[in-house]
Amino acid sequence: MPLPEADLGRQFRLELRGISKSYPAVRANDRIDLTVAPGEIHAVVGENGAGKSTLMKIIYGMVRPDAGDVLWNGRETQISSPAEAQRLGIGMVFQHFALFDTLTVAENIALALPEKLPLKTVATRIVEVASRYGLPVDPGRHIYTMSVGERQRVEIIRSLLQKPGLLIMDEPTSVLTPQAVDTLFVTLRELAADGCSILYISHKLDEIRALCERATILRGGKVTGVCDPRRESSNAMARMMIGAEIQAISSARTVTAGSERIAIRNLSLPASDPFGTTLSEISLSIRGGEVLGIAGVSGNGQQELLAALSGETVLADPKVITIDGKPAAHLDPRQRRAIGLSSVPEDRLGRGAIPSLPLSDNALLTNGGADSVRGGFIRLDKVKAFAERCIAEFGVRGGNADTPAGSLSGGNLQKFIVGREILQAPGVLVVAQPTWGVDVGAAIAIRQAILDLRAKGAAVLVISEELDELFEIADRIAVIAGGRLSASVPRGQFDRDAIGLSMSGQFAGSSTPPEASRVHSV
Amino acid sequence: MSIRFELRAQPSKTMVWLSPIMAIALTCCVAMVIFALAGLEPVSALATFIFSPLADLYSVGELLIKAAPLILIAVGLAIGFRAGVWNVGGEGQLILGVIFGGFIALTYGPTGGIWVLPAMVVGGAIGGALWAGIPAFLRTHFNANEILTSLMLNYVAQLWLSYLIFGPWRDPAGFNFPQSAPLAPSALFPTLIDGTRANASILIALVAVGLGWALMSKSFVGFQLKVTGLSEGAAKYAGFSAKRAVWIGMLAGGVAAGIAGVGEIAGPLGQIFPTASPGYGYAAIIVAFLGRLNPIGILFSGLLMSLLYLSGDVAQMSLGLPSSITGLFQGTLLFFLLTADVLIHYRLALEPARPLYRREASNGL
Repeated sequence: MPLPEADLGRQFRLELRGISKSYPAVRANDRIDLTVAPGEIHAVVGENGAGKSTLMKIIYGMVRPDAGDVLWNGRETQISSPAEAQRLGIGMVFQHFALFDTLTVAENIALALPEKLPLKTVATRIVEVASRYGLPVDPGRHIYTMSVGERQRVEIIRSLLQKPGLLIMDEPTSVLTPQAVDTLFVTLRELAADGCSILYISHKLDEIRALCERATILRGGKVTGVCDPRRESSNAMARMMIGAEIQAISSARTVTAGSERIAIRNLSLPASDPFGTTLSEISLSIRGGEVLGIAGVSGNGQQELLAALSGETVLADPKVITIDGKPAAHLDPRQRRAIGLSSVPEDRLGRGAIPSLPLSDNALLTNGGADSVRGGFIRLDKVKAFAERCIAEFGVRGGNADTPAGSLSGGNLQKFIVGREILQAPGVLVVAQPTWGVDVGAAIAIRQAILDLRAKGAAVLVISEELDELFEIADRIAVIAGGRLSASVPRGQFDRDAIGLSMSGQFAGSSTPPEASRVHSV
Repeated sequence: MSIRFELRAQPSKTMVWLSPIMAIALTCCVAMVIFALAGLEPVSALATFIFSPLADLYSVGELLIKAAPLILIAVGLAIGFRAGVWNVGGEGQLILGVIFGGFIALTYGPTGGIWVLPAMVVGGAIGGALWAGIPAFLRTHFNANEILTSLMLNYVAQLWLSYLIFGPWRDPAGFNFPQSAPLAPSALFPTLIDGTRANASILIALVAVGLGWALMSKSFVGFQLKVTGLSEGAAKYAGFSAKRAVWIGMLAGGVAAGIAGVGEIAGPLGQIFPTASPGYGYAAIIVAFLGRLNPIGILFSGLLMSLLYLSGDVAQMSLGLPSSITGLFQGTLLFFLLTADVLIHYRLALEPARPLYRREASNGL
C-alpha cells in the first residue's frame, strides 16, 4: 500500500515494530506494525476486542509489550509508565474521563502536571492554549457543572499543556452531538497543522473518512490493512475490520402499530443526587409493534428515565406510568415484570448481570416467576433449561449455563441479557444502549431481536447515544436533553442536523428555555 | 526478578478451599514459634495442643458442646454476610438470648412442665432478634453503619446482664456470688451421650446447618440475598429489596445467637453468670469466614474453633501457658485466612525487574 507522498523521506514521530502482547485468555496484539508521521492524523480502526486499547496502553506506557520495539522520533525507546510517556510528549484523552467532579478545571489540570505550579499560572496557561485552539473553557468552573463535551475539552487541554508530539484520542466522539463532533475535528486539524501527530481510535468509519489521512485496521489482534480512508469505501474498510460482509438486518416495516402498551404522562422527578439530572414533564406513549428511539448525549436524564420506567425508582402517583392501561408507577421492578415490562440496563456487568455467577443464576436474576421458583425454592433444572434456551436461540458463544457471566465477551453477554428479557415475552421492552461496546455481528443480532419482538406486537423503547442505530431500528425518535423530552419525529422525517440541535437542548415544545441543560453547544 | 500480584481471569475455585487450609498451616507455624519462645519443644507442644483435647469420650463431648453454639451462630451470621450485611453483634444477641431464656427459666422453671425449655428457645430467639433488629432498623431508616451499631450494642447487652445478675437475679443462697439460682431440670437440655456434657443443643446446631444450606443454596430468598451481597446494582435492577436483605440478614444472625445463648445457660452452665459467653459471638465471625460462609464448611470450622478453645485450657494446664493464647491463635488464624484469600482473585507472578504498571484505570493522573 503506497503511503501519502508527504511521509516519504521524513522521520516517523512514532514507529511500532512487531508489537505483541498476550493475556492469559487472549493474544491481544500479534506482531503489530504502525507508523505515524509528524502532523499526521492516523486512525486505528477495529471492533471491540480487536486490540486497539491494548496497543494504545502500550504506547502510553501502561502496559509492557511481550515483544517488539517502540521507536520515538526514530530512536528506540522503552516507555515504562504514563509519566514517562508524557515526558516524551505523548498525551492521551481517554474515553472515560478521569476528572474530579468537585474540583475546578484549573485544579484538575494542575493535578496532572508533572511540576507544581501556582493555580494562577495554570489558569493563564489554560486560557492561552484554549484560545489558540478554539477550546473555550473557564478555568475556575467546577467539573460537575460541565457537559460531557466540555469535559472532553478539559481533557484535551490537559494533554495539550504538556506540548505533546502525539495525542491519542480514544473513541472521542461517542459522547458528543454531531455538531460537537464537527468542532472537535476543526480543533484536531489545527493541532495537526501545528505538527502534532494524532492517533484517532474509533470504530465509526464515516468519521475516520472525514478526518484521517491514514488508517491502520486491526482484527483479532493483527493488522489486517493500512489504507487511506479518504479513498476507500466504508464497505471495503468494514470488510477489513470484520472479515466478512456486513449483513443487513431484515425488518418487516409493514407492521401496523396496535393499541397503546406503555405511556408516561407528565413525569417530573427531582434528581436524587447532586450530579443527577432532574426530569421535567416527560410524556410519551408507545403502541404495540412500535419502536420509539430516545436520542441524546449521555447524562441528560437517560439513566433517571430508565430507572423510572424499570421500577428502580418508584413513584408516588401510580397513574404517571401505565402499562397496557394499568397504573404501574408505584410498582417495583419485579411487579412491573409480572405485568409485562422488561428492561435491559446499559451497564452489563454491574447491573444486567453478575460477573462471578454462572449464566444459569444470571438467568434467574429477572426470571424468578412461577416457572423457575416453586414454594420459595429454585427449580434448578428449569432455570438451567431456560439459560440453555437463551444461549441457543440468541447465539451466545463462549459458554454454557455453568459459565460465569464475566468470562463472556461483551457482545455475547449482551446477547444473553437481551435474550433473557425477550424470551420472557414482554409486552413492553425498555433497552438502554443495546449495542454499546458490542462487536458488529452481535450488534446486528441484537437489533434484529428487537425488531422481531416488535413484529410480535410488543412496544419497544430504545435509549441510545448512537444515532445510526436509532435511524436503523426506530419508528419514531425523540430527543432527551436536560431532563426534558422533545416531541417525537416519525420515520421518514429523521434529520440528523435537527436531532443534533435538539440534543444540545434546543427544541420546540418546551415552553421554557432548558436552563438546566447540561449540554452546551460546543 | 520481582514478584507481583496478577489478577486472575476468574476467581480460583481451588483457592477458595485451599486458603483455609493454608491459614491453618500457617497458624500452626506461628504456634510452634510461640511455643519455642516459651521454652517448649515446638512439635510435641503443638501435638499436645491439638490432640489432647480429643483424648477421651468426655473430651469429644466437650468439643461438640462448644462447637454447637459456634456453628449455630456462624450459620446465622453467614446468611447476613452473604448479603453484605455485617452483623458483628452476635455476642450481644447471644446475651439477649440468655436474658430472655433466663427470665423464662427462673420464672416458670421451678413450677413448669416440659414446655419450659421450648419456651426458653423461642424466648431466646425473640431476644436475639430484637437486639439484632435495632441495627437493622437504624440501617434501613437512617443508613447507620450496622458494623458500628451492632458492635456497640454488645457492650450494652453485657451491662444489662451484669445488672440483672448483680441485682434482681442474684441467687439468695449463692453466698453473694454474682450468679443466678441454678436452673430447674425442666429448663435444661437433656444429655445426648452418657458420661459427657454433650446435650440436645447440638441437634439444634445440626438443624441450623441443614436449614442454612437449604436457604442459601436452594431457596429463591437465598439467591436474592446472594445477589444483593455481590452486586447492589444488579439487585436493584432485578427488584430485590436491599432493605429486606438487611432485615433477613440481621435477624437470621440474631435468632441464631439468641438460641445459642439459651443453649449455654440450659446446657453446660445450668446457671446464669455475668460472663455467659466466652466470646462465642465474636469467634463465630471467624468460624463463618473460615467455613467460606457455607453451612457445611462452617460445620468443620466450628469444630476446629472449638478445638482451639479446649486447647487453650490444655495450654494452661499442661503447657504452662495462659489460656488467652486461644484468642491469640484465633486472631492469627483470621489474619492468615484474609491474607491467603487474596490468592483467590490474584496469583503470584514472577517477572523480570521492570517497573510495575497498574492493570486498569491508571489513567496517567
